[in-house]
Amino acid sequence: MIRFTHVTKHYPRGGPALDDASFHVNRGEFVFLTGPSGAGKSTILKLIYVDERPSQGEVRVAGQSSVTMTKHQIPALRRRLGVIFQDFRLLEDRTAEQNVAFALEVIGTSQQQIGPKVARVLTQVGLAAKATALPHELSGGEQQRVAIARALVNDPLVLLADEPTGNLDDRSTRGIFQLLRDINASGTAVMMATHDLALVKSLDFRTLELNRGKLVFDSGAQYPAPADEFDPPVAGSDAGAQPDAQPGAQPAEPPGEAGAAGDVGEAGEAGGAVAEGGAP
Amino acid sequence: MKLALREALRAFSRAPMLSALSVTTIAFSLFAFGLFGLVALNLRSALAQVEERVEVRAFIAEGTNPEATAAAVGDIAAFPEVASVRLVSEVQALERARRELGEFEDVFEAGILPASIEVRLKEGFRDPTNVRSVSRRLEVYDFVDDIRYGEEWVEKLYKLRTIATAAGISLGLVFALVAIIIIGSTIRMAVLARSREIAIMRLVGATNGFIRAPFLVEGFLKGLLGGLLALVLTWVTFQFVGQYVVQATYFDARLIVLGVLGGALIGLLGSAVSVGRHLGRV
Repeated sequence: MIRFTHVTKHYPRGGPALDDASFHVNRGEFVFLTGPSGAGKSTILKLIYVDERPSQGEVRVAGQSSVTMTKHQIPALRRRLGVIFQDFRLLEDRTAEQNVAFALEVIGTSQQQIGPKVARVLTQVGLAAKATALPHELSGGEQQRVAIARALVNDPLVLLADEPTGNLDDRSTRGIFQLLRDINASGTAVMMATHDLALVKSLDFRTLELNRGKLVFDSGAQYPAPADEFDPPVAGSDAGAQPDAQPGAQPAEPPGEAGAAGDVGEAGEAGGAVAEGGAP
Repeated sequence: MKLALREALRAFSRAPMLSALSVTTIAFSLFAFGLFGLVALNLRSALAQVEERVEVRAFIAEGTNPEATAAAVGDIAAFPEVASVRLVSEVQALERARRELGEFEDVFEAGILPASIEVRLKEGFRDPTNVRSVSRRLEVYDFVDDIRYGEEWVEKLYKLRTIATAAGISLGLVFALVAIIIIGSTIRMAVLARSREIAIMRLVGATNGFIRAPFLVEGFLKGLLGGLLALVLTWVTFQFVGQYVVQATYFDARLIVLGVLGGALIGLLGSAVSVGRHLGRV
């Protein structure tokens, strides 16, 4: 679903933010992106939602290639992705439900569909009771839930979370993280950038570790890079997508049998199975 | 489109101060431009009135056959530059002189003033070159004694007109440019104040057209309101000047519509450019 092939990103000022990174993420996976500030975590997420384009290499997301994608194709791709940030990025002058509805309105969803969708997704994040509250009337954790609701309302393939708990206390952090796991369990892939190493270590989820733009560690994809459901098979793509850090750690198994891969987290595994089985 | 209008109106109601400020700013820059326009307009019409008096007089030798002069009048009227031709007989010339110079009435005697052909030129042919060319063609008639057209006066008038036009255009451009810059930065401020909304719209996959629409509507409305306010301001000033200083002409309906729409257009373009900057990347 997401595949980076020898991706390098230079910013005009500031040198390489990402250096020859190759990896892939399948449907329904839960992936941590870790590393110190400036390691390239946000850059990877930005490359996925095409806020940036790679300087070299190719980023494929949901069958779209960064090499061939035109400007006009970007909005359509973004509608299949959900993004949340450390600073929530809510509109302060709109209520929780208006914030979520806004995301639907601006892509031209009909008014009849907006109401039920918003209600459903606010219930999903546990904020149905606070639908009419303004952001400043909500706690940080609740604001992040509104942002998550907004990201989820279009049923994205993947939820990209850039330090989603960076501004939250421990309790809110656990709540948000649990919510992300629940979302993943229902089939949505989640990529979460974080430098909360305690959180990462406490769980056995796939982890991509970055340092100074280099992908230094990949705890392992759940399945080897397949030609995913969107992509035509690409010759040699498997080799390019396999990180060197874990040679032989990837049994070539079909997704349905992922339970045999012992190093995979429970939620990620379940999500993977659901996503593969229930893909529209 | 409905959403664009709703979002634009929402922007007005959410930030009434900022909106009022930008409308007022637009109004005052258009007001300055409008005042300049009024001055230019009135100067022009004053000059045009003076210009209408440009005429070429061919004095006719005594004892010329009236038929010959009548035929000449017909010919001259057919010149492309000529607006009207009038034959002034000796008697008429004397009467006019008496009327115009009443106190010297007794100085004039019959026969002292020659008959003449007075030629008025069409607009656009009142410059020295054309005046000279017409007078040269009048010289051809052998009954013409002398030709007068106030050479110096025509040249001065023409110079004045050229200066007024050049000053009008350059000052007008400067005023217009200043108005555009001020309006542009005002609109830019409004767009900047909503950069977060733009970022979110981009993030959730709104198309650029969709993002742009509310801002274009907003810019258009602000420009329109600013233009109308400027119209009211110039009209009040015009009334005041008319009452206490000097009677002047106001814009005609066409210029009014043009001015207000111009304001709306600047608002629209300003918004388009400002939003475009936010959309430009990737």
